[in-house]
Amino acid sequence: MEWEAVIGLEVHVSLSTNTKLFSGTASIFGAEPNTEANIFDLAMPGTLPVLNKEALRMAVKFGLAIDAEIGKRSVFDRKNYFYPDLPKGYQVTQLDFPTVGKGSLTITLEDGSERQIGVTRAHIEENAGKSLHEDFHGMSGIDLNRSGEPLLEIVSEPEIRNAKEAVAYLKKLHVIVRYLDISDAIMAQGSMRCDVNVSIRPKGSTELGTRTELKNINSFRFVEKAINSEIQRQQYVLEDGGTVIQETRRYDAERDTSSPMRSKEFANDYRYFPEPDLLPVEIDDTYIEAIRATLPELPDAKSARFVSEYGLSDYDAGVLTATREMAEYFETVARSSGDAKMAANWVTGDLQAALNKNNWDLAESPIQAERLTRLIQRIKDDTISGKIGKTVFEAMLEDGSDVDQIIDSRGLKQVTDSGAIESLVDEVITNHPEQVQQFRDGKEAVLGFLVGQAMKLSQGKANPGQVNQLLREKMQ
Amino acid sequence: MIEKTVAELSASLSRGDISSVELTQAYLDRINQYNSTLNAFVTVCEESALTQAAHADAARADGLTSPLLGIPLAHKDIFCTSGIKTSCGSKMLNNFIAPYDATVVSRFNDAGAVMLGKTNMDEFAMGSSNETSYFGPVKNPWDTDRVPGGSSGGSAAAIAADLCAMATGTDTGGSIRQPAAFCGITGLKPSYGRISRWGMIAFASSLDQAGPICKSAEDAALMLNAMAGLDTKDSTCADVPVEDYMADLNNSLQGLRIGIPRQHFAEGLSPEVEQAVREALGVYEKLGARLIDIDLPNNHLSVSAYYVVAPAEASANLSRFDGVRYGYRCANPVDLEDMYKRSRSEGFGDEVKRRIIVGTYALSAGFYDAYYRKAQKIRRLIKQDFNAAFQQVDIIIGPTSPHTAFMLGAKTDPVAMYLEDIYTIAVNLAGLPGMSVPAGLANGLPVGMHLVASDFAESRLLNVAHQFQLNTDWHRLRATAFEEGH
Repeated sequence: MEWEAVIGLEVHVSLSTNTKLFSGTASIFGAEPNTEANIFDLAMPGTLPVLNKEALRMAVKFGLAIDAEIGKRSVFDRKNYFYPDLPKGYQVTQLDFPTVGKGSLTITLEDGSERQIGVTRAHIEENAGKSLHEDFHGMSGIDLNRSGEPLLEIVSEPEIRNAKEAVAYLKKLHVIVRYLDISDAIMAQGSMRCDVNVSIRPKGSTELGTRTELKNINSFRFVEKAINSEIQRQQYVLEDGGTVIQETRRYDAERDTSSPMRSKEFANDYRYFPEPDLLPVEIDDTYIEAIRATLPELPDAKSARFVSEYGLSDYDAGVLTATREMAEYFETVARSSGDAKMAANWVTGDLQAALNKNNWDLAESPIQAERLTRLIQRIKDDTISGKIGKTVFEAMLEDGSDVDQIIDSRGLKQVTDSGAIESLVDEVITNHPEQVQQFRDGKEAVLGFLVGQAMKLSQGKANPGQVNQLLREKMQ
Repeated sequence: MIEKTVAELSASLSRGDISSVELTQAYLDRINQYNSTLNAFVTVCEESALTQAAHADAARADGLTSPLLGIPLAHKDIFCTSGIKTSCGSKMLNNFIAPYDATVVSRFNDAGAVMLGKTNMDEFAMGSSNETSYFGPVKNPWDTDRVPGGSSGGSAAAIAADLCAMATGTDTGGSIRQPAAFCGITGLKPSYGRISRWGMIAFASSLDQAGPICKSAEDAALMLNAMAGLDTKDSTCADVPVEDYMADLNNSLQGLRIGIPRQHFAEGLSPEVEQAVREALGVYEKLGARLIDIDLPNNHLSVSAYYVVAPAEASANLSRFDGVRYGYRCANPVDLEDMYKRSRSEGFGDEVKRRIIVGTYALSAGFYDAYYRKAQKIRRLIKQDFNAAFQQVDIIIGPTSPHTAFMLGAKTDPVAMYLEDIYTIAVNLAGLPGMSVPAGLANGLPVGMHLVASDFAESRLLNVAHQFQLNTDWHRLRATAFEEGH
C-alpha cells in the first residue's frame, strides 16, 4: 500500500524583547542560574503580571507578515500543571483568543515550485524555567532565568506532506522572524523550537490517521530525520497490522529513533481558564496600522524585486534574500558599484565561500560592503582583471587596508601599456612557432592557448583584450 | 484616647495633645492586655512600631502634616510586609517572610502611619468566621464565645476592642463587611480595581479587593485617600481618577433615592436584624431620603456562582504553594510527587483544600461549561441587575448579614457557612463598592447595615454612611468588657 503523511508543526520562537513577558526582568541567554529572576518570576505570593507591550507588538508584526487575522481582543489564559520549573503552577498562554489568527506562508520546494501552508494561529505565552537533573546528587536544580520569557507559538495547519516541506516551512518561519527582528530563532539555543505532529494514511484517503507528537528536535536537519523516521515507524506498525497510539514521543537524534514520553491516557487536564490577573488586550486599527508601517520588505517580495530590478536569476535572488543582512549587503554593493550582476556573483560566490569557510557572520567578515564595492569598481575600470580580482579578494581577507593600496602594494595593477604588451606578444610568438603556424592555417582555437601564455608571462596582469587583439594583428 | 477615630487622633496629634509614640505605646499596651483573649494579632511589631512612631513625631516636629501621620494601624496578614512574616493565616506560610511590601503597605508607610502588627484571618481568606486560621479563631469582643466574622476577623476585632486606630482588610465575598457587621464597626470594600492588589496574597483574583476597617465612615474616607489609585504593578487596577473622599462627606441627603432590595429582606433574615436595619432606614427618611423597593432578581444565584468562580481562581492561585521555593515543605520527601502531595496536604487546612478541590473540579475538562462558564454568565446577570437598579436609585441599603455573630463552632456545615455571605457576595461578583456600618444592636450584639453604590461611587457611599453616623452613635458603641479603662 502507498502511504501519505499529514504533518503539522508547532513552532515556538522566543521573542527578543528586552524584558520578560510579565515581569520587568531582563531576558538574557546564558546568565548565571537564577540571576535573571525577580519576585514575580519566583511566583512570590502577591505578585502580579503586567504585559510587556513589546511582546504584543512583535506578535502583531508577525501576524501582519503572514497576512493573518489580528485578534482585536486577545485573552490570556492559565494552563494549570505542576512542575518545579513552573513556579506559579500555571503557564499563562492564549487559548481561545490568540493575538494572531489564521494566516499563511509560501514555501519554495527544491524543484522551485511553491506551496502555501496555512498557519492556524500564533499565540503569546510565557516560557517555563529549566530543570537540571545532573550534578545535584539525587535532587533537581531549578533555574528560573528562562521562566517568563515571551514565546510566540506558531501552529501550522496539518497541510505539510513530507519532511522536506516541513523543513522548508520551518526555514521560511525562521527567515521571516529574523527579517522582522522579533527573534534570534536559533534552534541550537532553543530560541526556536519545534514540535511535530505526524500521522499517515493510505494515499488518497481523506480521513486522518492517529497522530503522534515528536518533541526535542533542535535542528532543521533533525526535523527532517525525525519526521522520516516517524513516518517509517508508523508505516511498520500499520503494515504489521498494529495501530498507532496517540502519544508524545521524544526524538533521539543520535540513534535516529523516538520513544514514548507520555500517552494520552496520562494526559494532563490543563484546566484552562481566563487569567484574571490580566485584562483582555484590546487593540484597534490605528495600532495595527502603525505596526504595519514598520514592516520591512519581506523575503519573497524582496526576492521578486531583485529579479525584476536587478535582472538576477530566481536562484540568486533566493540566495541573496535568505537573510535580511545578506540582502541589504548585496543591495548596497549593487547600487554603489553600479553592477548588480557582478555584485550578485561576488556575494553568492567568493564572499559566501569565505563566510562558510571561516564560519563568519556577515557582520564579522572583513569584506564589508564598501570594500567589495571598491573591488568591483576596480575590475570595471580595468585597473585589475577579473581574475586578479580573485587574488585581491583573497588578500582582502587577510589585509584590512584600503583596496587600492592592496592592488598597488602587491603590484597587481593590470598592464595596459601597449609597448609592454607588444614585447609579451613577441615573446610568445617566438617561443611557440608551431601554434602560430596552426593559427595561420585557420585553427582559431589556438589563439586561446597563446593568449594564456602571454597572460602567464605577465603573471596575469596584462589586459587580456589587448593581448588578444595584438596577437591577431601580429600573426596575420 | 484609644477609642477615638483617626480623624480625632489626627487632630490630637496636630495639637500636640499626645505624641505618636505615646499613642502607639497605648495601643501596644492594649494589645498586650487583650490579645491573648481575642487572638486578633498574629504578629506584633513592638520595636518597629515605636521606631516608626518616633519618626512620625520627628516628621511632625519638622512641620510635616498628613492625616495619617503617626496613626497606629494593623494590617491583615494577607498583605506582604518586607522583613515581617506574612502567613495568610496558614501553616503553609508560617515561615514566609516576604522580600517586599504590598502597595497598600507602602502607601500607609508613605503616609506616615505606624504599623502595630499583622492581624489574624481565615486561612487564605477562606472563611466567614475566622475559624479556619492556622493560628486559631479570633474572638468577638462583644462576646468571646462568638465569632468575629471572617475572613478579616482579626482586623475587625482589633478595631472593635480598640487595639488599633485603623486596620486593613480584604473582601472577596464579604470578608470586610461581614466581620465589620459582627464586630459593630465600619468596613468598606471599594470597587474592584480601586486599590492595587500588588502584594496582597491572592484568593480569587477577579473578586479580591482591599479596603479599610475602621471606626467611622470619615476614617474610611481618610484611609481610602491613602489606599486608592492606579498602580502599574497591578494590571487590573483601575485608571479612574482618585477623588478626595473627604470632600463629599457632608453633602445633604435630601432627595437621595435609597433602593431596598426585596431579596435582602426575605426569608432567612432574623427579625431583630431586620428591625434594626428598618429603624436605620427611618433615620435616612428623616434626612430627606426616599426609600424605593427594588429587585435584584438573580441575587439567589450569587452564592452558587461565587462558589464556582472563587474556588476555580483559588485552585490556580494556590498552586504556587508547592514546597519548592518558599513556604512549608514536608519532611523527607521520597520524590517530587510525594513532596507535592505531602507539602500541600500538611500545609493547607481543610477549608482551603475543600475549595482547591471544588475549583479544580469546576475547571476540569467536561465540566468547564457547566460550572465556570455558567457562573460567569450569572455574574453578568447579577451585574445587569445592579445596573438596572442604579437607574432607579442612588444607593442600595439592606442588612450586611442575615443575623448577628454566631457561636464559635456553631457552623460545621460548609454550605451553611457559605450562606453567611448571601447579601454581600453579589457586590463582589459585580465589582461594586459596598460598606457595612453599625446600625444598632440585636440581643446585645451589633447589627451591620449594608450600603452599595455604583461603580467607583465611593464618595457617595461614604457620604451616605457618614451622614448616618452624624445622626447616630452606633459606631461609637463598645462592648462593655473592652471600654477604655475596663
